[in-house]
Amino acid sequence: MSGVNDFAFKIGTVNGTGSASANGLLMQAIFRMGIPVSGKNIFPSNIQGLPTWYEIRVSKDGYTARPSEVDLVVALNPATYAKDVATVRPGGFLLYDSSWPLDPDLVREGITILGIPFGRMCVENFQGDRDRTLLRNIVYAGSLAALLGIDMDVVSSMLEEKYGKKPKLLTSNHQAIQLGYQYAKEHFTCPLPFHLEKMDKTSDSILIDGNTACALGAVYAGATVGAWYPITPATALMEQFKAFCERFRVDKETGAHNYAILQAEDELSAAGIIIGAGWMGARAFTNTSGPGISLMQEFIGLAYYTDIPAVFFDIQRCGPATGMPTRTQQADLISLAYASHGDTKHLVLFPANPGEAFEMAVQSFDLAERFQTPVFVATDLDIGMNDWMVKRFTWDDNYRPDRGKVLHREDLDKLQRFSRYLDVDGDGIAARTLPGVGGKGAYFVRGSGHDKHAAYTEDSDAYLELVDRLKRKFQHAATVMPKPAFTLREGATVGLVSLGGCDAAVREAADKLAAQGIVVDVMRIRAFPFGAEVLEFFERHEHTFVIEQNRDAQLRSLLAIELGIPRDAMISILDYGGMPLTAKVVIDAVSRHVGAHGQAAVTPTPRAVSNGVPA
Amino acid sequence: MTSIAKPPVKHPSSRTNGLGLTIRDYEGAMSTLCAGCGHDSVTAALVQAGWELDLEPHRVGKMSGIGCSSKTTAYFMKQSHGFNSVHGRMPSVTSGAAAANRALTYIGISGDGDSLSIGLGQLSHAIRRNVNMLYVLENNGVYGLTKGQFSASADIGSTSKKGEANEQSPIDPVLLALTLGATFVARSFSGDKKQLVPILKAGLMHKGFAIVDVISPCVSFNDHEGSTKSYAFTREHEVEAVHTDFVPLRREITMPETGEDVHAVTLHDGSTVRLRATASDYDPTNRESAYAHVRACQARHEIATGLLFVDENGRDMHDFMRTPSTPLVELPYEALCPGKGALDKLMERYR
Repeated sequence: MSGVNDFAFKIGTVNGTGSASANGLLMQAIFRMGIPVSGKNIFPSNIQGLPTWYEIRVSKDGYTARPSEVDLVVALNPATYAKDVATVRPGGFLLYDSSWPLDPDLVREGITILGIPFGRMCVENFQGDRDRTLLRNIVYAGSLAALLGIDMDVVSSMLEEKYGKKPKLLTSNHQAIQLGYQYAKEHFTCPLPFHLEKMDKTSDSILIDGNTACALGAVYAGATVGAWYPITPATALMEQFKAFCERFRVDKETGAHNYAILQAEDELSAAGIIIGAGWMGARAFTNTSGPGISLMQEFIGLAYYTDIPAVFFDIQRCGPATGMPTRTQQADLISLAYASHGDTKHLVLFPANPGEAFEMAVQSFDLAERFQTPVFVATDLDIGMNDWMVKRFTWDDNYRPDRGKVLHREDLDKLQRFSRYLDVDGDGIAARTLPGVGGKGAYFVRGSGHDKHAAYTEDSDAYLELVDRLKRKFQHAATVMPKPAFTLREGATVGLVSLGGCDAAVREAADKLAAQGIVVDVMRIRAFPFGAEVLEFFERHEHTFVIEQNRDAQLRSLLAIELGIPRDAMISILDYGGMPLTAKVVIDAVSRHVGAHGQAAVTPTPRAVSNGVPA
Repeated sequence: MTSIAKPPVKHPSSRTNGLGLTIRDYEGAMSTLCAGCGHDSVTAALVQAGWELDLEPHRVGKMSGIGCSSKTTAYFMKQSHGFNSVHGRMPSVTSGAAAANRALTYIGISGDGDSLSIGLGQLSHAIRRNVNMLYVLENNGVYGLTKGQFSASADIGSTSKKGEANEQSPIDPVLLALTLGATFVARSFSGDKKQLVPILKAGLMHKGFAIVDVISPCVSFNDHEGSTKSYAFTREHEVEAVHTDFVPLRREITMPETGEDVHAVTLHDGSTVRLRATASDYDPTNRESAYAHVRACQARHEIATGLLFVDENGRDMHDFMRTPSTPLVELPYEALCPGKGALDKLMERYR
């Protein structure tokens, strides 16, 4: 790191002071210069006054994981000066507001400290506390544009797009950006040694967050009923669904809304609503996070036991209990896989980024209806709330929803008797009817014991027949769930296994380990239940590392429980402090282990890289 | 939820309704409730109401939670789709079902434990949402299936079968519903089918949330001298706020001339609820006076019954959500997916 189009910088500000729009402006400007970029918003669980950071990574090679170190820190929050100055890499830079004397906390040998009087410039040039506070962000954005070589034409055009219809705001923002830009130009050598130069590596990409991607997927899947209870970091998913529906689903002639969104009184109710709607035949979903999943357990078990489709988007955050609502984690894996009481097993999808979240959101509704069961789409705060650079979403107009086995009136007429839970095909999936169909199609949904005819029973054999069918259905699902994504290298004896948002860091680590002579294969698990390919991967590698973001190695446990892989055969790399994973964590852990266990895992010969399923 | 299949026997001379169905077509499985249970009388009233209204059984969604009352859904309209959900959560499942398919008639059956304890939140919000459904609360003041604990509707001083006295204030579903803005609030007694049937019919035709609190004595655990939800107590203390009759749009039921004042309320489907006041100052369209009347009755240890409040001008859940008249489940996928062109265009917003 640290070079042209290959560096990272971080801005430390105070929550609620308007820095988000300036930070977004910076990242988007870099993106529009054709340079791969990613951003991580590290924010507190409150509205105003606490420390917040925004990290931007520029990577000509396209790496989008959280940076392992930062070259430049913009320290604008006195409360975090000591922390901020410590995070600058040796030889890096620190930019601070020199309206006030240099704080002793900001002094550090081995880095270059740059002072710009942002506050004073705002007081001298703008009126009113609000403008002075908000525009200070644009002033530092202007300074960074000079220091990092951001194309000012790009910045200007973005301001035009944003404030074109508000001339007063446009003028003040232009003025602010120029103030910062000119000051930096006049007082420092610009650009810095690490800086930006235009490329053409983003034209086929977009910047989007996972919650928006999931919401868009729900729209394209044809979901009509959404129910939810507000919770960080899942809230924006339903808000975006609403926004898309208002754009695409309002009948122009009648004004009718071809969708229903219910803000429920709690997560229990949200789950009940989507189960009622799913029973009725609508594609229905809820969005929540770990605490909500806890509350929904009873209903999840009901939907599982009564074969009702429903989609749950779980945007994971740090638990247990309230935990750290604005920090990321992958600690709901087991609670999703086996949610509710009794013997239950559920289908779970693990998108790695917003691009895959869009695809899997659509897929989740097909799976839910095909298997008539709850399906979970497990993302996390990092995927859900941060903007990611991903390929533009595409759509095939030939797509039609997989509604699964639904019997209509004419189908029923051919039957002597409709039995709701009769497994005719041996795949564990029984045909359903939708309420209102009439004829022989009526049946009773019961959370209590029922037989294949849906009649109440406490008979052991009838019970066993039902729960064994559900197990058979789950096993059948394993053969059609999304296959793992592989990045394979010739001669590799070490395997890295991960899931979800770990992917970017793991693939970066694999590249860098290869450069060190440690050749590794990567398998990213994309779904639960696991397919046969997962077990084969473990069998092919002498050393396997399982990388996940929770304390108790939940993925490793699931692999052990479901596939019988000995726990000792899987080396855990666990990162669960709430921050997005960095490649360094993986590289250090793998290097340490390989160093301690000799050459068995090291293949020094040059190797070709082959890709399996596209990551 | 237990049930026993009922033999499908019809008497050849059975009367048929407008759909050509006999009253047996509105029955369900054999009840497994205790002999004499008030809930079975409610079932009978629902069967009668459905038959008289010519409801198509397969266009009815029968919804319930958990408890003795929630078994009721198995005992009427066997050709209907039923959903016996989880304790106290029937309102949310019904909300979702109604959101997805507004064309069905929804009948929710609940009890005092189901509705006023574990499900109080869901009941409150279904009222607030004004879900278009009939919500029958079979109220016996006791947990029957777990053998005799007080429920949240047990009155102060009421005793259990074992003689223990209740000291906590009851939650009155009628006062609750009036407070929360319910648009149709009624109370009746399972032993008074003459009053209950027209109330249920009016509730079924009401656009919005219609709650009917039915005092429905538990013969096993709460039908003794110290109970205020017993048959004897209810019969002795019942005070009709209004006599109710229901005149459907298609088939008029004539009411005997009594010479008393009749107040007619026209429902949205054109049918009429006729309320004959027994108290000269009672106005069933005035929420405040309805509340005051119920409270005054309570103070006198009386149970106010009848259609206590109705507002036919309220907006229901679908009005709030601006959903189309076509049920969402019937919208073709093509009307829901914006397509490739829209997505390609949308992608420019994320550049």
